[in-house]
Amino acid sequence: MSAPSKVWPYIIGTLLLVAGDAGCDGPQSALAPAGRGAQDIATLFWRMVAAGSVIWLVMVVLGIYSVRTHADALGDRRRVRWLIIGGGSVIPTILLSVLLLTSLPMLPELLAPAPPGALRIEVRGKMWWWRVRYLTPDGESVELANEIRLPVGEPVEFQLASDDVIHAFWIPSLGGKVDMIPGRLTRLKLEPTKTGIYRGACAEYCGMSHALMNFDVVVMEKVEFAQWLDQQREPARTPSEPLAIRGQQLFIHNGCPACHTVRGTEATRVIGPDLTHVGSRHTLGAGILKNEPRQFVNWIAHPDDLKPGVKMPAFDMLPEEHLQAIAAYLETLQ
Amino acid sequence: MKRGDPQPLAHAPSAEVRREQEERLRKAWATPTGWRYWSEVNNTKVGLWYTVAACCFFLFGGVLALLMRIQLAVPDNDFLTAEQYNQVFTLHGSVMMFLFAVPIFEGFSILVLPQMLGARDLPFPRLSAFGFWCFLIGGTFVCGSIFFGAAPQGGWFMYPPLTTRYQSGVGVDIWLLGLSFIEIASIAAAVELIVGVVKCRAPGMRINLIPLYSWYILVVGGMILFAFPPLIAGDLLMEMERAFDWPFFDPARGGDPLLWQHLFWIFGHPEVYIVFLPSVALMAMIVPTFARTPMAGYSWVVLAAVGTGFLSFGLWVHHMFTTGLPGISIGIFSAASQAVAIPTGIQIFCFLATLMIGRVTRSVCLLFAFAGLATFVLGGLTGVMVAVAPFDFQAHDTYFVVGHLHYVLVGGTIFPIVAGFYYFFPLVGGKKLSEKLGRVAFWLMLVGFNVAFLPMHWTGLLGMPRRVFTYPANLGFDTLNMISTIGAFVLAAGFLVFVWDVVRPKKGQAISARNPWGGGTLEWLSEMPGEPWGVRSIPEIDSRYPLWDQPNFVRDVDEGRFYMPDAEEGMRETLVTTSIDARPIQCLRVPGPTFLTLYAAAFTGAVFIFSTYHWWMPAIVSGVLALGTIIIWLWTGTALIPEKSEKDVGLELALPIYTSGPDAVGWWAMFITMLGDMTAFMSLVFGYFFYWTIHEDFPPRDATGPGLLWPLAGGSLLLGGWLMTLLARRCNQQDRANAFYFAIGSAVVLSVVGSVALILGPWTTGLDPTSHVYPATVWILTGWTVFHVALGVIMQLYCAARRVAGRMTYRYDADIVNVALYWHFIALTVFITVAVIAGFPLVT
Repeated sequence: MSAPSKVWPYIIGTLLLVAGDAGCDGPQSALAPAGRGAQDIATLFWRMVAAGSVIWLVMVVLGIYSVRTHADALGDRRRVRWLIIGGGSVIPTILLSVLLLTSLPMLPELLAPAPPGALRIEVRGKMWWWRVRYLTPDGESVELANEIRLPVGEPVEFQLASDDVIHAFWIPSLGGKVDMIPGRLTRLKLEPTKTGIYRGACAEYCGMSHALMNFDVVVMEKVEFAQWLDQQREPARTPSEPLAIRGQQLFIHNGCPACHTVRGTEATRVIGPDLTHVGSRHTLGAGILKNEPRQFVNWIAHPDDLKPGVKMPAFDMLPEEHLQAIAAYLETLQ
Repeated sequence: MKRGDPQPLAHAPSAEVRREQEERLRKAWATPTGWRYWSEVNNTKVGLWYTVAACCFFLFGGVLALLMRIQLAVPDNDFLTAEQYNQVFTLHGSVMMFLFAVPIFEGFSILVLPQMLGARDLPFPRLSAFGFWCFLIGGTFVCGSIFFGAAPQGGWFMYPPLTTRYQSGVGVDIWLLGLSFIEIASIAAAVELIVGVVKCRAPGMRINLIPLYSWYILVVGGMILFAFPPLIAGDLLMEMERAFDWPFFDPARGGDPLLWQHLFWIFGHPEVYIVFLPSVALMAMIVPTFARTPMAGYSWVVLAAVGTGFLSFGLWVHHMFTTGLPGISIGIFSAASQAVAIPTGIQIFCFLATLMIGRVTRSVCLLFAFAGLATFVLGGLTGVMVAVAPFDFQAHDTYFVVGHLHYVLVGGTIFPIVAGFYYFFPLVGGKKLSEKLGRVAFWLMLVGFNVAFLPMHWTGLLGMPRRVFTYPANLGFDTLNMISTIGAFVLAAGFLVFVWDVVRPKKGQAISARNPWGGGTLEWLSEMPGEPWGVRSIPEIDSRYPLWDQPNFVRDVDEGRFYMPDAEEGMRETLVTTSIDARPIQCLRVPGPTFLTLYAAAFTGAVFIFSTYHWWMPAIVSGVLALGTIIIWLWTGTALIPEKSEKDVGLELALPIYTSGPDAVGWWAMFITMLGDMTAFMSLVFGYFFYWTIHEDFPPRDATGPGLLWPLAGGSLLLGGWLMTLLARRCNQQDRANAFYFAIGSAVVLSVVGSVALILGPWTTGLDPTSHVYPATVWILTGWTVFHVALGVIMQLYCAARRVAGRMTYRYDADIVNVALYWHFIALTVFITVAVIAGFPLVT
């Protein structure tokens, strides 16, 4: 049985090479933590990996030894019994107890609600986008979609819900995930510790375009965040350039307000995402397109190609210049 | 041998006598030829078909996996559309779990169990055949759907409300009905296997001498019995919601999607162990053979297997850690999930100890077993990691879990199964697989597997969720996914080599020596190639490894010096023994070839398939035909009155040919089946109380329940029906024909009237099952009970008819005894139903 012992080093070596190449970084990586929960869990993970690797190596070496060793190496039956009881039951019990004693105490902190007065954000999962509502202490709310901005160093309480199917709200860089279940309210506390741009995703399979249900998370300095929230609170800016003015007319004329809200205008329906400040967002279509006029045109003309099964109808019957005008209008909604 | 145990004949019968005996045995057990081949019901054929079919489904599932890996090889790929990808991954999981992992265990066990136990067949060969045909029809139906773009796309876990309200195609119904159909077949096979292990062992094979594989079959059979029914109950609820709008999972009308998750994972987690334990069982046969020494810690292994089985039912919530449960539940289930590592560890260390004690012979077989162990340990370690709730908050529903579960299932299931193929292959065709090709396959599979699945842990923690049909570039997933895809194809190449080794023509290859690996258990008595009778004479056992320990054992068996060396009446016969100490108590005649099982399966399949498309009339017609076929099957093939009451089975022992009650295999089958049936019923009751726990007021304050009068009246009448059935059994025993007919007639009348009364409860109070989940639960419990009573009435009428036709007498009374047993369970069902629907609203 020498062959397996020869191949494992190669496999492990390859893994290390791959790991080196892939690294831990990435806007959606649980191993590049930028929040308290994520940090604690990543530390726990690395410890478990270290312990697990040792256990695995011991088991494999033991396996190879047991194949190579000759009859009666163990002598009498009592020693066999000790091997089975000790290795199979006593040592695992000790190791698992240590693991439980180190991991379970993390739960209360991970599951605790944010302190009173903390920022509260309601997020509703939709097929396949996110309705985001900042609940400010004055009882008002500011609605946006597919983007979440957070102040660094402050715990935030998320209230999670769904109107259609089960989704799961997950920002790997900041912490664990929680399901959004129709008929129930769930919650999650996150506390970002580093500024930067991260990415969230729906983790629970939610139908056709589950893969295309993402969002951007921007962690900002507190002052910047306050400015941003104030700006989001404002109604939409009235367009001044001719193309954008034309775009707004086309936006209304082609029935967009039947689903979308642009605060401060006659568009007030809440079937689709709020577009009041859509121009200020990093991405379009729930994290799938860059925010640029070209992509607005693409999206409006062919949403179903970009996101199979999406509810928004295609507007590919509109002439190119109409699409460009609408895109220009939406781009001004900063 | 212990003193007092029967000894084999001191002198073998003469060669002439032996030739005649063999002639008769061969004739009795001969497989029909030509197209009638498919009417065979003997375990060697049905088990083989079952195994081959399961392997074909495995290859199909594997191709689906490759399609997914192609799609995910590069970011933003459009090799598959979102819809196609979702169908492919749903089917991949469903096929691997329902059409491969469980059936291959059952099929393979049907194939080898009788030989391992020293029996000639399992107690219900026709039930095995029925199960196989159901499996084949249902599996083909489910898999075929993808060629019409109609496959289910809700994931193998089918979470509502996605599957109840947002997927209107026929896919979900195909999954629900097609797989329910297969699950019923799986339960049938489990009943067969459990009764086989309990009642059909060779004389002297006390419970501490049972081959370990058979112990595992017993444990896994029991787990199937209790794990599948909750899923069947869930399937029933979901199909009622889809077909008739009963709102079990619709929060707007009081339902809750989480009920499905509980029912699914109460099934789904034991399922993992149902899939894994049989492979440990294979290892438990392979390792001692190649170590040339008995398994170390036999009783530890048995206890650990039983312990794993029990624990596996208490872990399901770890699949739901992210549903917003309170910390205390999370902590408890986190700890319980880790506890299962302990019995698993004991089993692994027993293998290691065996290898240490023994002098190991190397072979491809052992290579795969060893790879399985190493792979599984890694999967187990990542399993402990995801059982740690805080880490699961990150890892859940990511590729980390995909990596983890494939390490467990490929390491813990597939590799040992391949090892089992190399080990047991000579039993089927008398020829070995190639060691050389085996090594090639082994290295391709081992390297391919690790290259494919090890990186997935990483991919998951870099943030890639499961079940995504594509991913964007620049998130760090690109390289890792490409590597996984390459690995998947290397793994597939390994399987290709292996499949070639299995199917390649072996005409020129010499027949393998008898007992080629030098195993110690009874299946290695088999001649090469095997004779249809299985075992030449049924031996008396006093060791776990009789071929190693009992002197002249093979000679004595071969020369017919043990029990039943002959088939005097030309019938298929095997021994039934007591459940604990395996004393012979019956010479069981098992039925021979018939097409009835195929017809019955076809009609039953038609019921499910037509229901999928809501073609109710053809479905009802098929249902009647299925019922008719099954009644003909039972009427002509079961509880037949023998021409003589006792038979000389050799070694100066005469055994009855016909028994009833707890000595009889039929009684056990009924009992075990009804345990499964009660589990499904209790799952529905669980649903009722689940709604009670999540709602402030359940039943709702303003709801009119079914009232007290009609449920109580119905319940009393039905309990009367039960008592009259018991009276009928007693009158039959006393041979009072008129009293029997009166009692059974009253039982029928009381049951019918009682059912009507039970229905009148919710009917008269106008409970509308589509309005709210409360009336829906009342109706589902009522409906379940009435359906079972209806079956009970058919059984009562069947008994009456049997007595009229002279096929049941006061001495040969298995029919009424088994029906009375069925009615015990019905009485319990009725009692619980009435207590819940009529009694519980009074309490709240």
